[in-house]
Amino acid sequence: MIRAIWLLAMLLIAGVAASDDDADFADPALNQRYWSLIHEIRCPLCKNESIAESGAPIASDLRREIRRKLADGATDAEIKDFLVQRYGDFVLYRPRFTPETYALWLGPFVFLAIGGFAFWRVLRVRRGQTLDDPVDDPLDEGPAP
Amino acid sequence: MWKFAIPLVLLVAIGVFFYRGLSLDPSDVPSALLGRPIPEFSLPSLTDPDRSVGSQDLKGKVVLLNAWGTWCIECRHEHAFLLQLARAGVPIYGFNLRDDRASALDWLATLGNPYVASAFDADATGALDWGITAAPETFLIGRDGKVLFKHISPMTAAVWQRDFVPILQRECASTDCPFLAAAGGL
Repeated sequence: MIRAIWLLAMLLIAGVAASDDDADFADPALNQRYWSLIHEIRCPLCKNESIAESGAPIASDLRREIRRKLADGATDAEIKDFLVQRYGDFVLYRPRFTPETYALWLGPFVFLAIGGFAFWRVLRVRRGQTLDDPVDDPLDEGPAP
Repeated sequence: MWKFAIPLVLLVAIGVFFYRGLSLDPSDVPSALLGRPIPEFSLPSLTDPDRSVGSQDLKGKVVLLNAWGTWCIECRHEHAFLLQLARAGVPIYGFNLRDDRASALDWLATLGNPYVASAFDADATGALDWGITAAPETFLIGRDGKVLFKHISPMTAAVWQRDFVPILQRECASTDCPFLAAAGGL
């Protein structure tokens, strides 16, 4: 019984954020854009939730604003610009490619290059060694019995 | 030689990243408005619905703008200090958020009114332009109408001394902030 009540409570809590203001655009493409936008915008108050998930009043306000702008025909980029101007780059879950985020976007490729270089160096050193050298290759357990 | 140098360099690099990364406060998100002009707005006044409170009222002087609401427990905590600031002559404008008029007026009547005027923003549409997420939040606005600082969470004497007074001392020629002499020591 208690378990059933818990389950019901969980379901209710999970439903809160989305149910108070479901998008009901006649155009399914607009609904789709609304849902993908609210999942990409971070709640400025709760930090680690998108505004689709958050039950904070500010998340509900932002969802309302996004619905209003979509209905007015704003593009996704315009809506994101609007939010970044007010709440900073922080509200975008997918950071933009700006001088401040170059390291973030390009860093992985730099590390891949460093790793690739190291790999190439090791291979080149190994190539100079003969295969039957029993001392340098710990994986070589000698001839099979 | 190289065998020892590479791990050492890596260790130092990782150390630098950790030192920087672990001393960051992830909850400290600076206002996107810092150094930018305040947004244009005009909202009905809380105390007198026929009048409006807006960006025109905030321009041309150094003022504080304080977002508050009767639903906000921390606002009650900071209220006494806001009254102290107001008594020292600091012009504070209120931004009453997601509230109903009767409770807000009752709050001011019971606890005292530190505000020169309060804008009444029941559905928080004006708050979006300010990047206000909740209450309490306090903006420091310069004479040129630019946002100098924003503090999220209650105002206290410590915050005032640490964050606001140094900016005021830097930004104000002695004529701009007549209140600094009295409020600087709070």
